[in-house]
Amino acid sequence: MAVASLVVIGLIALACMAAPLIAPYGFDAIDLSSIRQPPSATHWMGTDDLGRDLLTRVLYGGRVSILIGVLAAFIGTAAGSIIGALAGFHGGRTDNVLMRMTDVAYAIPTLPLLIVLSSYSQSAIASMAMIIGLLSWMATARVVRGEVLSIREMPYVEAARSIGAGGLRIIRRHVLPNAIGPIVVGATLAVGNAIILESSLSFLGLGVQPPTPTWGNMLQDAQSTMASKPWLTIFPGLAILLVVLSVNFIGDGLQDALDPRAQTGG
Amino acid sequence: MDAALTDRSAPGGWLARRLLQMVPLVFGITIVLFAVIQAAPGGPEGALLESGRFIDPQVIEAYRHRLGVDRPVPVQYVRWLTAAVRGDLGISFSTTRPVTAMIVERLPATLELMATAFGFAAIVALGLGIFSAVRQYSAFDYLTTGLSFAGIAMPVFWFALILQLVFAVRLGWLPVAGTGTVGDTSLLDHLRHLILPAFVLSVRYIAGWSRYLRSSLLATLRADYIRTARAKGLPERRVIVHALRNALIPVISIMALNLADLFSGAVITETIFAWPGIGRLFIQAMFSRDYPLLMGILLMGSVMVIIFNLIADLVYGALDPRIRHD
Repeated sequence: MAVASLVVIGLIALACMAAPLIAPYGFDAIDLSSIRQPPSATHWMGTDDLGRDLLTRVLYGGRVSILIGVLAAFIGTAAGSIIGALAGFHGGRTDNVLMRMTDVAYAIPTLPLLIVLSSYSQSAIASMAMIIGLLSWMATARVVRGEVLSIREMPYVEAARSIGAGGLRIIRRHVLPNAIGPIVVGATLAVGNAIILESSLSFLGLGVQPPTPTWGNMLQDAQSTMASKPWLTIFPGLAILLVVLSVNFIGDGLQDALDPRAQTGG
Repeated sequence: MDAALTDRSAPGGWLARRLLQMVPLVFGITIVLFAVIQAAPGGPEGALLESGRFIDPQVIEAYRHRLGVDRPVPVQYVRWLTAAVRGDLGISFSTTRPVTAMIVERLPATLELMATAFGFAAIVALGLGIFSAVRQYSAFDYLTTGLSFAGIAMPVFWFALILQLVFAVRLGWLPVAGTGTVGDTSLLDHLRHLILPAFVLSVRYIAGWSRYLRSSLLATLRADYIRTARAKGLPERRVIVHALRNALIPVISIMALNLADLFSGAVITETIFAWPGIGRLFIQAMFSRDYPLLMGILLMGSVMVIIFNLIADLVYGALDPRIRHD
């Protein structure tokens, strides 16, 4: 399942990246002679209110949505790993302060806070990824802290310390590589999460702004004409579903592969 | 005897400690939220100035003074906090009514939606989880597993749109949005409006909990005491019930934890279905840049999360005697 998902997501990502080469039309190519066409042989997913080809826009939208998902997951995982490693490794006051920070961040409902923050920013791709990433480090921080707490008691860490290795070096060379399993799994699942968050924000009109298409803002466009032109709603949503589903399967597969103790029972 | 006595007295002390720990947590949250609102472009009064309603600089100055935004930020924070502790969350920019009153007014609709979704999800997930565990690797099991993966991977708002399209627009079985048809105040009509939003809100949890219960039940069914029960010739139904008691413990604590993020889901669901709750109020406040209202709702949401987490801990401790709170 995980391997099949990898193939699926690889194909989608490749198609989106190659969008300028393979897309049959321009993403903003307006063709007023063929507006609101249902799916057909010339327009596989139909066209929107301005006669723009939906397949083309889904491909271009995927570039932005997937890019934001990956960037945000990377930022969130990096921040979470650093905070978790510091807290777990140093313990004591550092641990206490960092974990109380995590508690605070956990308690504030993510989506509403995200909505407020993204209403401030100019909704560029980088700032969207930044905001989503910085609001999704908490789970990673807790998991990494837990791993580090057990790793730092290992004989090899003691050995490293006894030959005079500094704290940062031990974290980088000995602790993090051994905690990499849960970090990678968490990062994978975070990609799917970030894609859904981005699309929710764009759907509310707070994400990346048109004319740049993303799956979320395409769905926002489609909402008002949903009854008469359902294909405009169905296809971008299916794209999100497919990508997030594959990412989650990959995460599950990685979990089984990286953690031999895990028994998923099916 | 002694051990039993200390055990019985322990939860009380633990609860007091937990409640005490909540104080700095809420304090930290208020600081973060205050900072977030202060970071708004143009400051909290920016929206009012932009609206062009106060053109005379003197009027603006007077208004700034009345809002207190001409004071240093720490002073503003302390003033806001001391008022908030007394239940006064300030005055809404858009309606000039007290924020607390506006939130309280919208609370019942949100709680109704959340409670319905939660209850529905719990019942369905229980059924699905038990069935797929008992009939492991059956067609039914594969189907529910597949559907739950889809349920988790689906954007909530998209699912809402599709349901609206199918059940309200195409089939016309259910209303598209709102809480009741104009002129029809019957309970039945209201419930018909509740079905779609509650279902949309519950899908994620049905998917998650049924998966979780399935694996928890499968693990429990492998335990020694279940083999003993089977060996004694207990009918399979009773064996399942026997196992369920223990299998449910981790699931219930997950459920209590998830209560907390139901609120995030309610924001989107209420907006799409025009459900007049706090989530929709939040989006309206966002678009009118009504910062006191936004802050009040965020604070309320955060406090809700903390309380639900506490409940999760309490439930877990109550159900699983192996957990000691000390």
